[in-house]
Amino acid sequence: MLYTNLHHVMTAAEHQKLINENENVMICCGRMGPMCIPVYGIMEDLEEEYKHVKFADMEFDNPEAYVIRDVPEVRGFMGIPFTMYYKNGKLVKATSSIQSPAQIRTILDKEFAPVTVS
Amino acid sequence: MNDNTHFDAIVIGGGPAGMTAGIYLSRARLKTLIVSDGVLGGQMVLTHEIANYPGVESISGYQLSNIMKKQAKSFGCSIKANTSVVDLQLEGEIKRVSLSDGNTYTAHAVILTPGGRSRTLNMPGEAQFKGRGISYCATCDGDFFTGKEIVVVGGGNSALEEAVSLTKYATKVTIVHQFDHFQAFEYAVEEAKANEKIHFIMESAIVHFHGDDKLESVDIKNLKTGEIENFGTDGVFIFIGYVPNTEFLKGKLSMNQWNEIVVDSDMATNVSGVFAAGDSIVKRYRQVTTAVGDATVAALAASNYIHQLKTKQLHETLTH
Repeated sequence: MLYTNLHHVMTAAEHQKLINENENVMICCGRMGPMCIPVYGIMEDLEEEYKHVKFADMEFDNPEAYVIRDVPEVRGFMGIPFTMYYKNGKLVKATSSIQSPAQIRTILDKEFAPVTVS
Repeated sequence: MNDNTHFDAIVIGGGPAGMTAGIYLSRARLKTLIVSDGVLGGQMVLTHEIANYPGVESISGYQLSNIMKKQAKSFGCSIKANTSVVDLQLEGEIKRVSLSDGNTYTAHAVILTPGGRSRTLNMPGEAQFKGRGISYCATCDGDFFTGKEIVVVGGGNSALEEAVSLTKYATKVTIVHQFDHFQAFEYAVEEAKANEKIHFIMESAIVHFHGDDKLESVDIKNLKTGEIENFGTDGVFIFIGYVPNTEFLKGKLSMNQWNEIVVDSDMATNVSGVFAAGDSIVKRYRQVTTAVGDATVAALAASNYIHQLKTKQLHETLTH
């Protein structure tokens, strides 16, 4: 169990539902370790700002996480977390290992859309 | 002074030192802001189990960090995580801190607790293959290397202990170290030497990482002869110590040759109203407990400084 404040994806079916029902989705698949916790923390902070993105996590060792671990886009990944970005149900970007807030913002802005100031 | 942007104290750094300073200052009813470059907890969240924090039998770094955060917040401390400092003015009675979120805050006192980070090799290919063969955490990524041959870089306690723990997964672990001897404690060296899966390449360093979509080989340079050999490997784990996160302080206060902040016994720097604590100061032992201890001193000294400054300002207002 990941003890973060993010939405937890527990099953492959839930994963499918989440990416189908939301235009922009970022899922961090990891454990409660030093490379993963910073990414969850960044996501928790960005959640308020990037209202057009749905943020979630999934436990790496959950057997159902094959939906992330076994896709061709992560072939060659040898560092957790695997962080996945989906647009309209389709995987558009995936990263391996820890990322900085700036790296994550760049991907969100490019793949989805920058935050608009209203 | 704008009430929304002015604080009694601003703490830069959100590890155990920063949060301790936040707890003490806000409990003393001083309006305090903690700014953290990354997630709160700093390097403490890198620790799976802390078993030597007095009064707590065993806890993960993440949990301890969450409790500290809760404590700081309960006393009214403001916290901004994942926000970096873009400009800093430490001189004078009013300090200015400009942040990456576009805001500038002022304070009477600043406590610097920026901590440290793992040192990287800074060799070509390192950024490209991070997470694709290069790792800085054995417990995180060890199992990706089950049945594979890997390299561990470093000669300190972490390097040797992690090399031993990685033999649970890897068939062969080659330790590459730049000197002809190890800095690690003797027991760690002996344990590594006794492990038949572990091999050593001494007085050598990795100078290039190669591969396609994942790491395939590294160039290892013999530092004595200058010869470079291409060495096939599936993974490289790098454990070459820590560097203080003090680049943003260069030229602003006194630091030693390793860019560690020089403080006196009250944790005061050479700039009036600026204090420092934790892993980024000049000291020998870097532990969660020592960070918490330094930060307590820094916060109490800063409280005293702020109190004296306010008394002086009040006196000046009354006499003018």
